[in-house]
Amino acid sequence: MTTRLQKKEIYFAWALILPSFLFIAFIVFYPTAFSFVLSLFQVDLTRRAQGTPFVGLQNYAEVLRSSYFWSSMGRTAYFTVVSIAIEMVLGFLVALLLNQKFWGRGILRSLLLLPWALPITVDAIMWKWIFNANYGALNAFLTQVGILPGYRPWLTQGWSAMHCVIIADVWKVTPLVALLLLAGLQTIPRELYEAALVDGAGRLTSLLKITVPLLLPTATVVLVLRTLDAFRVFDIVYVMTQGGPANATKVISFLAYQEAFKFLHFSKGAALSFVITMVVAIFAYFYTKSMRKQIEY
Amino acid sequence: MRKKVLVIGFVGFLVLVLSGMALGKVAISGLFMKQAGYQESDIRAMTEEFLKQNPDIEVNLSFVAYEELHDKIVVAAASGAGTYDVILLDCIWPAEFAEAGWLLDVTDRLTPEDRADIFPEVLSSVTYKGRLYGMPWLNDWQYFFYNKKMLADIGGKEPQYWPEVMEYAEKMKAQGIVEYPIIDAWGQGEAVVIQWLQYVFAMDGKLFDEAGNPIMNQGKPLEALKFMVDNMNKGLFNPACIESFYEEVRRVFSAGQAAFGLNWTYMYNLANDPAESQIAGNAVLAVIPGFPDGRRSATCNGGMGLSILNTSKYPDEAWKYVTYLSSREVQKKYSQNALPIWKSLYDDPELVAQQPEVVKVAKEQIRYVFDRPQVSWYSQFSLLLSEELQAALTGAKTPEKAMEDAVSRTKEVMAKY
Repeated sequence: MTTRLQKKEIYFAWALILPSFLFIAFIVFYPTAFSFVLSLFQVDLTRRAQGTPFVGLQNYAEVLRSSYFWSSMGRTAYFTVVSIAIEMVLGFLVALLLNQKFWGRGILRSLLLLPWALPITVDAIMWKWIFNANYGALNAFLTQVGILPGYRPWLTQGWSAMHCVIIADVWKVTPLVALLLLAGLQTIPRELYEAALVDGAGRLTSLLKITVPLLLPTATVVLVLRTLDAFRVFDIVYVMTQGGPANATKVISFLAYQEAFKFLHFSKGAALSFVITMVVAIFAYFYTKSMRKQIEY
Repeated sequence: MRKKVLVIGFVGFLVLVLSGMALGKVAISGLFMKQAGYQESDIRAMTEEFLKQNPDIEVNLSFVAYEELHDKIVVAAASGAGTYDVILLDCIWPAEFAEAGWLLDVTDRLTPEDRADIFPEVLSSVTYKGRLYGMPWLNDWQYFFYNKKMLADIGGKEPQYWPEVMEYAEKMKAQGIVEYPIIDAWGQGEAVVIQWLQYVFAMDGKLFDEAGNPIMNQGKPLEALKFMVDNMNKGLFNPACIESFYEEVRRVFSAGQAAFGLNWTYMYNLANDPAESQIAGNAVLAVIPGFPDGRRSATCNGGMGLSILNTSKYPDEAWKYVTYLSSREVQKKYSQNALPIWKSLYDDPELVAQQPEVVKVAKEQIRYVFDRPQVSWYSQFSLLLSEELQAALTGAKTPEKAMEDAVSRTKEVMAKY
């Protein structure tokens, strides 16, 4: 039985939550619901004469049937897997280094954050210039060092353009991954290492038996965050390649943007966004499920 | 008692604010681009002058890259928030935006005398189904640019047709004068479509047959694409063309890394400006070459107009601003980066004295101006073309396959309209 006091507390709690709830409802729930409704109609501003008839799931069917959707999905998956793999490995190594005590560690830690502090557009423009075929720094460097005989265009071939975009992403995001992993490393008790040392374990064994397993929960969180982010990558592509050359970097978010804002097919763009959301939600579900299995020492 | 004071105070405050708004200035906002044509500094200076003459109006300016302009307008217009009163309208958008019902019809605001003095090529860039959806402003089409010194080095003279250009380019490459003699803007987007269309029209090709069916997969359009691919593979076109837009073309040409280039009018003065260019004094502007069995030349209409969005609260003030920016005096004063829309000015001795070269070539080049298809599905058409053209240019598809796909995709789009 709830007493009067408890009841009062519940009301009070509601009163406290209500303003932020209304706020979130206004900026999150309402637009989401609205765009879902939108995705069930034909809202195409270049075909206004046809009105906005209810079309049910036709927008979704059109999206899922089209080959360009699946090729964009493939590209997005490739971008996500490769960029996250590199970021996790690099980030882990950097975190291990910064977890050691050495002179200038503080400065190095602050320096590390610089790429992450840059706005993503600035990052993308910077890399676009670095990769420029005629006056890019990468070409200048590689020819002056003697690795390349002459300047070459990096962003005009699909294969290399995709990797250029990945490099721009890795450069920016690795610091964040490193920082989060570093925080995870610092929560591992020193005693564990000392005990391992007493038991005669080498450095590699402690790394594999203590550091890696205990870092796993943090790593999973980082992985979830990064997957959600990488899957929705847009800015870097927009600035660096506009989806080119020949669509080689046209990721799924870019496709949704094109449908909605370039073609004015608002309903199809909305349908695409919901498909993206569903994919990301499935990822998130499996990650959180795997997070429950944690290791205890 | 205290409550009463508060209420009175509040009402008083409201009255002050509201009356202040009524007596104060009318604020309109404009959306422009940072790229070819009038430069940001030009537009700011023009606006300053307008404000001096109209102290009761306030103008807020925004500038974005051309690639973002379309989307900015779409977001502003679709939301109905009235973010912008005046927008810069590219000649490929009137169909799309007018169909969407976003543009103010200004047909009756332009006087017949003024209308008669404007080039029809320029008027067409703001016209859809016979109605005027803006004031023509930026009178622009492309030109051929060459580096006088490099051409002299191989003893060449101003080329009239593309085969001549290619011959010179081969010579320059063989003699090591320049590694990649020609730069063009083939970046994924509108640019590659425009540049390809110029070759297509110079060959006297057509995209659609009499019945309106797309026929890019045969004859001249296909030949034009092969011309681009083959000459790029030979190293005559810079391979970086595929990632270049007009600013990249300007930088490469101005750095002396190309002997030939295609671009809008604005490159001429910048390429000859020592602060902006390493080849100042050597950049020459000429009529775009044609093909011996096609046309003498072809250049894409890049005209832009100033339109008023339907959501504008102050259409009259906005129109006043728009007509000021496109007035004869202003256009004459700022002729450095774009030529006027007014026919009468082309015989004006002052203008000719300001821009002797450009006016001379412009009078010749205007005879070969073509429009891009004016259809409400142009954005989709242009995008699919740019994707297929790039697929062929990067070697992902053969030109035949790319154009085959372009035709079938165009048919899919057309089926919906």
